[in-house]
Amino acid sequence: MSRGVRRLAPALGLVPFFGYLTIFLIIPTIAVVVGAFVEKDQASLSNIKALGDNVVLRTLWHSIVLSAESAIIGAVLGALLAYAVVTGKPDGLLRRTVTSACGVLAQFGGVTLAFAFIATLGFSGVVTEAGRDVFGIDLFGSGWLFGLKGLTLVYTYFQIPLMVIVFLPSLDGMRVQWREAAESLGATTWQFWRYVAGPLLLPAFLGSTLLLFANAFAAYATAAALVSQGSPILPLLIRNALTSEIVLGQSHLAFALALDMIVVVVIVMTLYALLLRRTSRWLR
Amino acid sequence: MSTARIRAHRRLQAFRIAVFVLLGLFFVVPLGSMAAYSIRVPGGGRTLEFWKQLGQDPDLRGAIVTSLELAFLTVALMLVLLVPTMIWVRLRVLWMSRVVEFLCLLPLTIPAIVLVVGLKGVYAWVTYFFGDSSLTLTFAYVVLVLPYAYRSIDAGLASIDVITLSEAARSLGANWFTVITRIVVPNIGSALLSAAFISVALVLGEFTLASLLNYNNLQVVINLLGKSDSQTSVAASLASLIFAFVLLVMLSFVGRRRSARRATIVIAPAPQPMKEG
Amino acid sequence: MKRTTRNAALVISVVAISLGAAACGGPPDKKDSDSTTKAASATSAKDLGGMKALVEAAQKEGELNVIALPPTWANYGEIIKAFGKKYDIKVNSAQPDAASQDEINAANTLKGTKRAPDVFDLGQSVALANTKMFAPYKVATFDSIPEEFKDANGTWVNDYGGYMSIGFDTKKVPEVTSLNDLLGAKYKGKVALNGDPTQAGAAFSGVVMASVANGGSADDIAPGVNFFQKLKKAGNFLPVDPTPATIESGQTPVVIDWDYTNAAETAKLPSWKVVVPEGAAVGGYYYQAINKDAPHPAAARLWQEFLYSDEGQNLFLGGGARPVRADAMKSDGTLDEALFGKLPEVKGAPVLLTEAQTKTAADYLSKNWSKVAG
Repeated sequence: MSRGVRRLAPALGLVPFFGYLTIFLIIPTIAVVVGAFVEKDQASLSNIKALGDNVVLRTLWHSIVLSAESAIIGAVLGALLAYAVVTGKPDGLLRRTVTSACGVLAQFGGVTLAFAFIATLGFSGVVTEAGRDVFGIDLFGSGWLFGLKGLTLVYTYFQIPLMVIVFLPSLDGMRVQWREAAESLGATTWQFWRYVAGPLLLPAFLGSTLLLFANAFAAYATAAALVSQGSPILPLLIRNALTSEIVLGQSHLAFALALDMIVVVVIVMTLYALLLRRTSRWLR
Repeated sequence: MSTARIRAHRRLQAFRIAVFVLLGLFFVVPLGSMAAYSIRVPGGGRTLEFWKQLGQDPDLRGAIVTSLELAFLTVALMLVLLVPTMIWVRLRVLWMSRVVEFLCLLPLTIPAIVLVVGLKGVYAWVTYFFGDSSLTLTFAYVVLVLPYAYRSIDAGLASIDVITLSEAARSLGANWFTVITRIVVPNIGSALLSAAFISVALVLGEFTLASLLNYNNLQVVINLLGKSDSQTSVAASLASLIFAFVLLVMLSFVGRRRSARRATIVIAPAPQPMKEG
Repeated sequence: MKRTTRNAALVISVVAISLGAAACGGPPDKKDSDSTTKAASATSAKDLGGMKALVEAAQKEGELNVIALPPTWANYGEIIKAFGKKYDIKVNSAQPDAASQDEINAANTLKGTKRAPDVFDLGQSVALANTKMFAPYKVATFDSIPEEFKDANGTWVNDYGGYMSIGFDTKKVPEVTSLNDLLGAKYKGKVALNGDPTQAGAAFSGVVMASVANGGSADDIAPGVNFFQKLKKAGNFLPVDPTPATIESGQTPVVIDWDYTNAAETAKLPSWKVVVPEGAAVGGYYYQAINKDAPHPAAARLWQEFLYSDEGQNLFLGGGARPVRADAMKSDGTLDEALFGKLPEVKGAPVLLTEAQTKTAADYLSKNWSKVAG
């Protein structure tokens, strides 16, 4: 007993940390989970049932599609870019520039990214006007930039650098000896990739793609700045539930929607953790 | 070198050039457009008027100041909260390290938009105690930067032998406070600096919490400005991006210097077995 | 080791849940010990000893907090300036782009502080859902306001209103005479609605107008949603939020919005015309109320007096909004006839939604608007 207490005593030094996190992280999360089951101060399943509503399901689907598309495109292009970087000089200027640039661009999101694309492809954007004046083509159309298609394009902008950052260590873990061993056994480039490097890199690639998916799924600021008409994706539906002046009394629906998001992200991150465990075996 | 090898090498170089050029264009064009858009005059010509507005528009100026203050306070609170805790865990409560790691990485799994729904209730209490200044966002921001700061400080602590250093200091009569502030912290300086830089970049770019909790920070004001004056808002976005870029480039320099200057003190192992506690 | 980790997690969860349960109730109300509680309970200027006493009490407070009043909306910019100059009171205008719900949220968050909003200018749904936050007050001109535009006790009073209109730039698009013109090919990518109908009152009324113009009524908003679906399919619906900036740059050459907001644009862009579609005159009035916990109760009441005075009402008119006392002022001869004549013509019986009709329409919209805007 006294040994247990003696073990516990130093843990008291962690009380400020735990206390802080409890107030600002644990309690809000619990509030979301509990609040989803409350309506008008009573326990109720009405908000959970509302999650099966057509509108919510459709929005959830849009969110999933958007995240998947931007994740896959970002993963493929990012992997190609990472490979292009890794096959250069390990300490060269090119590699350092690209990795620093990716570090910055992966954080470049939200309002500033939305405005960057409005300045490029918006109604009076630089590229739109060039298209109009020089090529006579209308790049703006009926404002596709402000809908799901536009969001996919904009999300790809930060997904590719994120992929480079996350996937590069795995590519680094590829040993030159594998390539040489394969070649000495007579493998072509295609066979090397198909039978050796591909299967080894696949878990890392899939894991990184999942990370990109979770990143896009959780993103709010970019969409909030870009989309002003409608709530095509789940985070914007949460915004609607919190701030709408037309449909009132939806604040607990916001909790249910938030719970919905947590569930999806937890599933994705669990899969990611499992894949991570597999990759670390080979690519240490 | 065989011709097959030469051909493969050339294919690889062609592939690399194609990738860099195409993706490079994809990334540079929006940035260039922002620059061009912010200095454009309808009808032709260029002007720096909108960039001047960055310093003149009172809302924007106030928001820049608020965001910088928030960044400073967040870094300070994060360091005060995280550094002693992590050192303490390594020194005395090692069995808690998994729990601490899990908690610190938890914000990565909880999107900001979800957190803000739950934070509304907590912030009712925060404004009750601390008033309604935008600076109270610091509390939430520390939670957001936690994963990144944790990783950075953890890497820093792992690269020095904390236990040996602290035992040596303690055996020379230092108390725990001295050990933390005068022994360990100076040795993880570059890790702390990286954590600080990343936190600043994150706070300056944060929009979700500020806008849904109805506070005015830089990104919220830029967004609002976009409705009435798109060119100034694009100039402001580009400025904030350049600032973050400079920060993160400085970060990569700090990182390189860290690996060049490894701080390890090699001490002969103590003759008696270490007592527990 | 595993067991102690689990115990730690258990302890944290228990503490968290209990704290969470305790905090669910929300913080206690801050008691504000004001010496101005006399003003806080006044239901008319008489309670304070007449207009002069009200003005003095307000000037002693020195400040007024307003919220969600854009300067180009119903001429609020001029109204705020005029009020400040006339009574030498500083007006703090917060969050001009906020929506009605944000006003209530701000009042709740800032309750007991000096920055809480003193007065509200709200859309119908939010106003009628939050009447317990208002302090009843009858302005001096209360009796000249028609019955249907006020609460009997003065808890809320409509201040100005308008009709849904179509504003268009004659230089960029052909003349618009009816709503269905907008489905034509010449309007591809050019028609914008002011906001999201599931979020903002102006956009909501826009859809109601589309409904009435297409065979619907105040009880049935479905034809309106169908109209916007057709608009979207034709590629004419632009999912961009129209602002003075987008109108002047030509990005949104056609805007469906309140006539007073569109009229404010004509002042800046001479080629901007405003038309209220015939037979689809959907009107909406805004609701003015005083915050029960206003930090400056006397100034809040003086603001109300100003808004409903002839001067205030004519200032609304200057912004193209229809003042609620228009009829009474017309018969008194105090209405600014020149400004009134500038208002867009309204042909056909005006349609004003009741609270019940708004709720039905809102429910339908929240389920079906995603067909239009993803």
